[in-house]
Amino acid sequence: MALDPTGKRIFKVVGTRPPRPDGIDKVTGRALYGADVSAPGMLVGRILRSPHPHATIVAIDTSAALALAGVKAVVTAADFAPQTDPTLRDIQDNCMARGTVLYDGHAVAAVAATTAAIARAALKLIKVTYAPLPHVTDVDAAMRADAPVVQAGRALESVPAGMPDNVTHRCEFGHGDLDAAFGGADLIVARSFTTAATHQGYIEPHACLASMTGDGKGDLWCCTQGQFNVRTICAALLGIEASQLRVTASEIGGGFGGKTNVFIEPVALALARKSGRPVKIVMARDEVFRATGPTVSSSIDVKIGMTKSGRITAAEADLRYSGGAFPCLTIEMGAQAAFAAYDLAAVRTIGWNVLTNRPKEAAYRAPGAPQAIYAVESVIDEACQKLGLDPLEVRLINAAKKGTKSSYGPTFDDIGLLATLNAAKAHPHYRAPLGPHQGRGLSAGFWFNFGGNTCVSLNVNTDGTVGVTEGNPDIGGSRAAISQMAAEELGIPYAQVRTMIADTASLGYNDVTDGSRVTFAVGLATIKAAQDATRKMCARAARIWGIDPEAVEWVDGAAVPAGPNAGKFPPLTLAEIAAVSFQTGGPIAGHHEFNADGAGVSFGVHLCDVEVDPETGATKVLRYTVFQDAGRAVHPAYVEGQMQGGAVQGIGWALNEEYIYGPDGRLQNAGFLDYRVPVASDLPMIEAVILEIPNPGHPYGVRGVGETPIVPPLAAVSNAVSRAIGVRMNRLPMSPPRVLAALGAKG
Amino acid sequence: MVTVTIWGNLRAYTDGRATLEVEAASFKQLLDRLALDYPGLRPQIARGVSLALDGRIYREAWFTPIKPDSEVVLMPYMAGG
Repeated sequence: MALDPTGKRIFKVVGTRPPRPDGIDKVTGRALYGADVSAPGMLVGRILRSPHPHATIVAIDTSAALALAGVKAVVTAADFAPQTDPTLRDIQDNCMARGTVLYDGHAVAAVAATTAAIARAALKLIKVTYAPLPHVTDVDAAMRADAPVVQAGRALESVPAGMPDNVTHRCEFGHGDLDAAFGGADLIVARSFTTAATHQGYIEPHACLASMTGDGKGDLWCCTQGQFNVRTICAALLGIEASQLRVTASEIGGGFGGKTNVFIEPVALALARKSGRPVKIVMARDEVFRATGPTVSSSIDVKIGMTKSGRITAAEADLRYSGGAFPCLTIEMGAQAAFAAYDLAAVRTIGWNVLTNRPKEAAYRAPGAPQAIYAVESVIDEACQKLGLDPLEVRLINAAKKGTKSSYGPTFDDIGLLATLNAAKAHPHYRAPLGPHQGRGLSAGFWFNFGGNTCVSLNVNTDGTVGVTEGNPDIGGSRAAISQMAAEELGIPYAQVRTMIADTASLGYNDVTDGSRVTFAVGLATIKAAQDATRKMCARAARIWGIDPEAVEWVDGAAVPAGPNAGKFPPLTLAEIAAVSFQTGGPIAGHHEFNADGAGVSFGVHLCDVEVDPETGATKVLRYTVFQDAGRAVHPAYVEGQMQGGAVQGIGWALNEEYIYGPDGRLQNAGFLDYRVPVASDLPMIEAVILEIPNPGHPYGVRGVGETPIVPPLAAVSNAVSRAIGVRMNRLPMSPPRVLAALGAKG
Repeated sequence: MVTVTIWGNLRAYTDGRATLEVEAASFKQLLDRLALDYPGLRPQIARGVSLALDGRIYREAWFTPIKPDSEVVLMPYMAGG
């Protein structure tokens, strides 16, 4: 390993930008996504969904559908195994309503037929008798004592007695004497905010192909962020053993957290089991919106005290999240993340989860954090305006650093917030002039990151190339990064490594691709698997040379004698050792499996310039710069892509995206024409500035980077709009009618 | 003996105390001891907790050693997207 004059490792492959291993397949259409797999005799599956936001299912008559020629199976909730575990029961009841429909779009029955036309016709023949119930879709309305009850008896022990039935969880974090600390403030700003539920907006809809044989063996191909998790859940819902179900993850057309769950997969398996034929289900876009996870909707109160010099003396927030019709713990992440960027003597967050008649929440990049930090960063910006302070300087004054007791408890180790703030301060963007109707917004952001269960095999081929087998679908460039880390550790070129994603029968368990964990955890397992392989190759070289294995070390892609006492032998390269592996003991492979910890938290700072049209209320993003501590950026182009993608999704969340429910409780905009995500022509080039503060928990210093960039944009954009129009905005999205209304109220 | 900091709403089950003295040398011993001494914590422990040890977050890892002078913070089980 080469070191620079300061003793830091010099990388040869890590930090470079090799071509994307999946690039050609994706741009030529050869990549196989969830809907691209077919099987002989395959049936088409379709799902009947509730038109009611809340209703008792009085009866389901499937006889007419079953009698239709071409229909091979119909399933309802009765076709799934009874569940005692509340988490599994919720997942199952979300996939197929049992007794009560809880939101518009909730699945009630499914058919498998020989053609799509027959399947659609069969759905119309299923007679469901509903008894409509009162509904509630707004989080604050659902907390009222007289609110319609979505599900009774679901409150955890954390909920104080006397709270409405829809409140299922309460959490609290913080430290210090708030009353005394607010007393030391020169200014106290208190404001309330709301954010709409938004969808992850992946372009590829959920799709799967299920097959079950008569002896109970199943195969499932699906687009997912975690095939092992799919196996665990589907096996439980179908009442079969995990070993009898093999799940293969397809290429994935976006996930962002929304494909960490199951929706159609158990339904397809149940139809396949009942019909004896393979069944494919591909969701239509309106189904994706109506029945798969949006993020939580929120209502948040924030109060911050600040001195005239910009020191925050005290901070508190009350956060009310709704994860839809099922209990949800995302509030815990939001309540912990809200003030994590700041060094605070007194801080408290209280969080509540509330049931509403909306789809079951699914994770969305840094789940829970964007909403909370939007509200906090908005209030800090308002305080800065009122005190005439530079918002970046105020963040620098209050920034958390190594040794800071975080707002959620632990003391920070090496973190990069100050570095990102200083980079923003030094960047030309921060001092660039603004024109009429233009404003500049700033926000910091934070995410925890984590590791998790990981298993990697690394196979040394006889031609000197290497195959890495890992178990996490590649949603952000992980195959390239894993290959880079394998090449770095083995001392061979990147082009000689190919990383593949294994099915559930081919590798040990791997957690879902989430939590910004894969480049960190799978990368770490790959490094250790490579070290396992190099130990074995050193042992082979030792046998060839007739010396002790301990007298051999691995240097720059070859086994070499460890010192002068080991003897004089020319280096044996990986290719040379691999070529004679059959003669020296058989195939060579390295393995590593562990539950990775030490992921290291991540901070980002975003700068946003907007121009607001006072005639229409439309907001145009003029300039946007992302600064983020990425630890060691393994493949900087992918890191920049993560930073840009997170910013774009956050901009959409801030300006346009929202689930709109009518008074009837039905979703009004279940399609991309009415649910407006930003497209390339809406945006400037997002500039990404990578800061590399090494994570002490990884040998290369790697941190997760995928989630943090969606956290700051909500406030960065809102602060920019608020400054541009001279009105403090407190509701997302800031769609043109809302901006016009704010301008009108200003007068 | 290690000092464990718990999060706010768990104080309802610890007589209002935010920090607890616990005899434990590993994550598993810590959880077992907390469940034994503070039965009100059992539902939360069963749902899952994370442990921050000197600033480093562990989600499971029963055998993670805890030194007497370590900063030990109990956190909810981390979830991401």
